Amino acid sequence: MSSGTLYDKVWDLHQVAQLPGGSTQLFIGLHLIHEVTSPQAFAALRDLGLSVRHPERTVATVDHIVPTTSQARPFADPLAEEMLATLEANCAEHGITLHGIGSGRQGIVHVIAPELGLTQPGMTVACGDSHTSTHGAFGAIAFGIGTSQVRDVLASQSLAMGKLKVRRIWVDGQLQSGVYAKDLVLHVIRTLGVKGGVGYAYEFAGPAIAALSMEERMTLCNMAIEGGARCGYVNPDQVTFDYLKGRPFAPSGDAWDQAVAWWSSLASGADAVFDDEVRFDAASIAPTITWGITPGQGIGVDETVPTLEQTEPDERPLAEEAYRYMDLQPGTPIAGTPVDVCFIGSCTNGRLSDLQAAAAVAKGRKVAPGIKAFVVPGSEQVAAAAEAEGLDKVFVEAGFEWREPGCSMCLAMNPDRLEGRQISASSSNRNFKGRQGSASGRTLLMSPAMVAAAAIAGRVSDVRELLNA
Amino acid sequence: MTTATPFPSGSIRSVSGTTVVVRGDDIDTDRIIPARFLKCVTFEALGPAAFADDRAELANNPAGPHPFDRPEHQGASILLVNRNFGCGSSREHAPQALMRWGIRAVVGESFAEIFYGNCLALGIPCLVADHDTMLAIQAAAEADSAASFEVDVAEARLSCGAQSWQLDLAAGPRQMLATGQWDATGQLLAHGDALQATAARLPYLNGFSAA
Repeated sequence: MSSGTLYDKVWDLHQVAQLPGGSTQLFIGLHLIHEVTSPQAFAALRDLGLSVRHPERTVATVDHIVPTTSQARPFADPLAEEMLATLEANCAEHGITLHGIGSGRQGIVHVIAPELGLTQPGMTVACGDSHTSTHGAFGAIAFGIGTSQVRDVLASQSLAMGKLKVRRIWVDGQLQSGVYAKDLVLHVIRTLGVKGGVGYAYEFAGPAIAALSMEERMTLCNMAIEGGARCGYVNPDQVTFDYLKGRPFAPSGDAWDQAVAWWSSLASGADAVFDDEVRFDAASIAPTITWGITPGQGIGVDETVPTLEQTEPDERPLAEEAYRYMDLQPGTPIAGTPVDVCFIGSCTNGRLSDLQAAAAVAKGRKVAPGIKAFVVPGSEQVAAAAEAEGLDKVFVEAGFEWREPGCSMCLAMNPDRLEGRQISASSSNRNFKGRQGSASGRTLLMSPAMVAAAAIAGRVSDVRELLNA
Repeated sequence: MTTATPFPSGSIRSVSGTTVVVRGDDIDTDRIIPARFLKCVTFEALGPAAFADDRAELANNPAGPHPFDRPEHQGASILLVNRNFGCGSSREHAPQALMRWGIRAVVGESFAEIFYGNCLALGIPCLVADHDTMLAIQAAAEADSAASFEVDVAEARLSCGAQSWQLDLAAGPRQMLATGQWDATGQLLAHGDALQATAARLPYLNGFSAA
């Protein structure tokens, strides 16, 4: 059993009570909500005659259903409009802050909470969205919940939870040029599998992790859930503190120094005990891309689609299903696979540094004929920062569309979606069957720079060749 | 197809009924309920949309339609699955859709955590069987789709006539289901003083002065 890890310390501090069923009542420090998974929770609260216990600890935004072309109200889609109107009414009724469209602070919930300084080390963070693991990048214990649990957090600012085991993912070395946090996490999931993390929190540590920026750490923790781990985290350090300092909801003055001292004390100590440890070497990782229908079906861009013989026996039925669905031949190179749509954005890779990396590839080049390529900034702040340095112009000149912020084609709840059997190069997080809005649409997950490279070539390409050109 | 069976309430000691087998590992919640059906402010209409795209894909399949579309499985209440069922998105719409289709218990080789918790919060037990046992259960169910099975929640056992299989269900969920305390809200609200005490010791809620 783990001890002395950040996970243990934060867990202990937030324990409220032991519940009859054997689970722990855990206090939730920050509760984030959006329009898709909250309306039924508010309705349940109403049915039970309950109020919101800590409205100041819940923060709302709208992201999943927003169109990325025109965001004028009312939305063209009446269902999307109803969902946002319901969120607005619920927030107004219960005194919850909503960072809405045009506020300058709207965006994907996992992009805005960090950039506003709401997410801080040592917090427990919950949201009705599985990619809440993103916030673990700050040394928070952050996890996705269902709508019944959203109701519970609204009512009690707490949840009934079981404690996870802790696996340390130790990464030595340094990522090579053209290899990003996205490649690292796809490599980890490829190695440990999509079920490997079930029952665990992943602590990402080691020299390669220490060298990552906060935005890269967010990409990494974001996809812990794709490896089955409900939360992933990185111990807070100077990189964390430098990122937080001066943000609107970060502490300031004397409180800042006290906060940094406390945050520093939370990191897993030298005497920390982990339930498990797995080691990786960052330098050996290539740009990584999925070929199949789970995020674990990934390979280096210089590899071939694995054959059945190269696949573990119990993974073969899924591989066969993936060959059929993706229409990819085992044993053939993934590089050169033609794509139809290129999507840069999402809570995984919709931050400023992601757009910078993609723009560096796109600059002075042109999107291949017939390719639909578009960039969706993760938030209004990301959009403004990108426009301030002219990234929007770089993209538009290259033939990409520059859109308004939202979740967009990561899950296609808005008008951005694949058509028919189109195949996308996507910087998002899930390549599930039908994920991007067409029941037969196909998704290749990769880094934003790799998406840009695919857009330029019209097919899967090794971004390192463009960066070195 | 929705069912007239009432939704789970109170103590849940057993679930009886016919079965439906959905084979395959890593069946994610996007497949259980595609995202376009999440454009709603209530869960009420989700039942018929369970597995919508998988069902459409198999509508003209020579080997037969998706199990949820086969006449013999209409009214089934026990879902039999394989590994890592319910992975991916946290959407409670997934168990809500299954529940509104008629499912009252799930037996599988393993479950994604958020899905498992979402089911528990609805009073739907998810019980685990090892690989060989699960294959035997699925074979038995497919051999006689009209047979009534019973999930004994307290004993973590599945039976059908003379056949019986030992399953696994952690002590916590087992007790919560048996005592009718699977809906956590009441328990959480019972600890108002402890909640206040916890908030009072968290540095970030107290200007970091307690740090």
